[in-house]
Amino acid sequence: MKQFFAFVKKEFYHIWRDKRTLFILLGMPITQIIIFGFALTNEVKNSKMAILDFSKDVSSHELIQKISSSKYFDVSNVLTRYDEVEPLFKKGKIKVVLVIPQQFSNELLHANQTKLQLICDASDPNVANTIVNYATAIIKDFQNTIVQDQKLPYRIETEVRMMYNPELKGAYSFVPGVMALILMLTCAMMTSIAIVKEKEMGTMEVILVSPLKPFRVVLAKAVPYMLLSMVNVITILLLSVYVLDVPISGNLSLLISESLLFTITSLALGLLISSITDSQQVAMLISLMGLFLPTTVFSGYMFPIENMPLPLQIMSNIVPAKWYYYIVKTIMIKGLGFTYVWKETLILIGMTVVLFAFSIKNFKTRLA
Amino acid sequence: MNKEKVIVAEGLTKRFGDFVAVDHISFEVSKSEIFGFLGANGAGKTTAMRMLCGLSIPTSGKALVAGYDVFKDTDNIKNSIGYMSQKFSLYEDLTIRENIRFYGGIYGLTKKQIQDKTSYLVDHLHLQNHQNSLVKSLPLGWKQKLAFSVAIVHDPAIVFLDEPTGGVDPVTRREFWELIYDASERGITIFVTTHYMDEAEYCNRVSIMVDGRIEALDTPKALKINYDSASMDEVFLKLARKAVRGE
Amino acid sequence: MSVLKYLLQKEFRQIFRDPAILRIIFMMPALQLIIIPMAADFEVRNVNLAVADHDHSAYAQQMVQKIKSSGYFKLIHYSSTYQDALKNIESDKADVVLEIPSNFEKNIIREDHTSLFIAVNAVNGMKANLGAAYLQSIIQDYNNQIRLKWIQFPKIPPQTNIEVTVSNWFNPMLNYKYFMVPAVLATLLTMVGSFLTALNIVREKEIGTIEQINVTPIKKYHFILGKLIPFWILGLVVLTIGLIIMRFFYQIHPIGNILVVYFFAAIYLLCVLGLGLLISTYADTQQQAMLISFFLLMIFILLGGLFTPIDSMPSWVQKLTWFNPVSYFIDVVRMVVLKGSGLSDIKNHIFIIVGFAIFLNSWAVWNYKKTN
Repeated sequence: MKQFFAFVKKEFYHIWRDKRTLFILLGMPITQIIIFGFALTNEVKNSKMAILDFSKDVSSHELIQKISSSKYFDVSNVLTRYDEVEPLFKKGKIKVVLVIPQQFSNELLHANQTKLQLICDASDPNVANTIVNYATAIIKDFQNTIVQDQKLPYRIETEVRMMYNPELKGAYSFVPGVMALILMLTCAMMTSIAIVKEKEMGTMEVILVSPLKPFRVVLAKAVPYMLLSMVNVITILLLSVYVLDVPISGNLSLLISESLLFTITSLALGLLISSITDSQQVAMLISLMGLFLPTTVFSGYMFPIENMPLPLQIMSNIVPAKWYYYIVKTIMIKGLGFTYVWKETLILIGMTVVLFAFSIKNFKTRLA
Repeated sequence: MNKEKVIVAEGLTKRFGDFVAVDHISFEVSKSEIFGFLGANGAGKTTAMRMLCGLSIPTSGKALVAGYDVFKDTDNIKNSIGYMSQKFSLYEDLTIRENIRFYGGIYGLTKKQIQDKTSYLVDHLHLQNHQNSLVKSLPLGWKQKLAFSVAIVHDPAIVFLDEPTGGVDPVTRREFWELIYDASERGITIFVTTHYMDEAEYCNRVSIMVDGRIEALDTPKALKINYDSASMDEVFLKLARKAVRGE
Repeated sequence: MSVLKYLLQKEFRQIFRDPAILRIIFMMPALQLIIIPMAADFEVRNVNLAVADHDHSAYAQQMVQKIKSSGYFKLIHYSSTYQDALKNIESDKADVVLEIPSNFEKNIIREDHTSLFIAVNAVNGMKANLGAAYLQSIIQDYNNQIRLKWIQFPKIPPQTNIEVTVSNWFNPMLNYKYFMVPAVLATLLTMVGSFLTALNIVREKEIGTIEQINVTPIKKYHFILGKLIPFWILGLVVLTIGLIIMRFFYQIHPIGNILVVYFFAAIYLLCVLGLGLLISTYADTQQQAMLISFFLLMIFILLGGLFTPIDSMPSWVQKLTWFNPVSYFIDVVRMVVLKGSGLSDIKNHIFIIVGFAIFLNSWAVWNYKKTN
């Protein structure tokens, strides 16, 4: 055991000496949390709107006033002709054009019936949809101010409760995702590269003639990265509680233990990669392709799995991050206990055992 | 021995901050001489050599390499020298032919010259059966011999060898030195650093650096007499023990 | 010039010699281009619904039927207790619970109003918001249907009504892939370009061959050109592969002139390769080069408008994205492919990217000279 710790110490020195790498490894979770927490939102606001007003009367004026005072739209252009619309879209700034017909006021107040047209730049379907929703809501509101006194019979009212995340913060779904991603990165990718680097440089052989068992040598390389990963988990949790105001609703020690389990899973993945290649570049690219991409795509924090084609949905099940993401979400956000995640925990343990078995077998045949 | 001087150094000095890596060294090397450049690790050999190759600008002093000033004429120097470092300098993922072709090309040899050189080298080094294999697949000794041959592919005035035989077996080292003698006979000056004292005996003249200064410079025979030693090993140990600074 | 020829020959040989890397260079973008847009479908449908029905009336069943047939909701649970329905949210099986009170039907008719309760799993805020909105609007529709049954409307509508019609230009089917594919292509080109350039140069440093190059008469700019030109060509090849996948796999027919994309990409690649070169001057090992590239690209891509619109970002972040070359390229590819924008529409983008290319490359060359 003493020898084992000597190796672990040596690995720590390696990491400690390379300040640039250390800086990035520790800075990565902070940057990601900041970007996801403050920069990325799907909330659509301040969309640039142009207005093609053929009527130019009191009501159209009121409507434009109402729209531009909402936080969702900036009315930036007033057009006079239909053919001005397309060039404006092609320049790329305007998202939507509202067309107000002639006689708008007249139709509205006397015929009780009128039509408005919204022309959207639908290149981004999400934004287009959301813009239409918001614009329609504002127009309905405008309509209601005109007809305040009409009370309708036979009403079905709805009362909505947003569970777990009443303010609908994006952070609730990405914090667990960032955790999965960062653990994969620090643990699996860095371990595999560190081991392959020794192989590439030829220093591996020197170590292998030492009295320590080969697999322990490899494990010793992984321990510092595991610790680094746990530091990252704690950083992320602290940031999410104190900066993003996302509380840890469930049991903290359960959350940490599950994270530790996932760290070991990632480690096993890293070992497997390092056992199949001798070149750092290949190890990096495999890590990117085989770890980073699936973790981002299939864990469910960026892309909704239920919308994917069936083959991809099936594929998502073999991605460990998917299960970890589910576990963290359940414990941390929903505040539920172990009884709700025991199945997923078992799956992760199973995956870890299989991965370890594979990499040990690979190492034995390769190093023997 | 030919009297033409191809390397002239006078008070050559390199400082890194407070640290004087090379401290006023002066020496001359004649055409086609085999000049051994010895010193313990950290004595300043590599720094001195980098200045002579035009890789690093001296802090003060004067030096001419192949008649060109190391301060102003580094481009001309680079055209007139060859260099082979202790780190391996061929591209492992290119074949023997491709390596020769590449280095020949960047030194401005014509297609015809490259072809002639290639077939000469392949014959000379007995690599006929391997000319299209990747350098990666060759044994270390072959790689070193090939690297040397590639370093002088453009017939430079001087070739700098930085511990060229590290890790090579005695037989191959012998063969390597035969290549060096060949080159020297063709008029190429050899400037070589080494840790093997038997190799120092092969040199025409040897300088020994201690703590950034040249402590001794003479033929191996004269050095042994002056320092009252039976071998170059002893000479080296006597001088190197004076060193204050370590690695 | 002949020195450059030999350098290029060497680079190409080395690139083509390593089948593992080569395969990854071409397979990675192709695979990503196929997987990511298929996965990145943010349209909210397939919302899983659990119903707790205390009423079991004809109206309740009609309403549930109407919700089911809307296409947005999948009924995965139907029971008469709220507790049972809620369990489905806890286990992530359901996204929304709709509770129908007892006397639902009776209250609508006799009391003129009734109230439904909707509980939404809001861990994913966006989905929750839209899911709830859809459900409410379907219920409103159903409400109108009932109202129509009980009241006869006169000729002039008693209630003022503004009808809103929507035309969706450039992507009338609202196909999310049309939006994602061009952008993913843009990011892939960025990754391939900067990543490979940085790794390639640092590898020569790590192995030590760069030392050998330094003592040869090769000029610094020859060496740099020798590194940049092959990856510039490789980048254009990757772009071509991507465009072929876009055209034949996704059946996206670019509206604009594809040469505009090539023209812009040719300049943009210079900027990306400059970034790779810059990274290589700051990294000593491949591990460092990879981490630095990864770190920078992650920021550039996340803030490049690939997944979330730049217009939604807070204004200080929007100002930061002015310095993000990736965002300009994503923008240009989308504009040309979807809207048919031409050179004159993207001339600002071109000027800015030329500026970036000059800036990044000069910085890299300056730093390269300093360190060598």
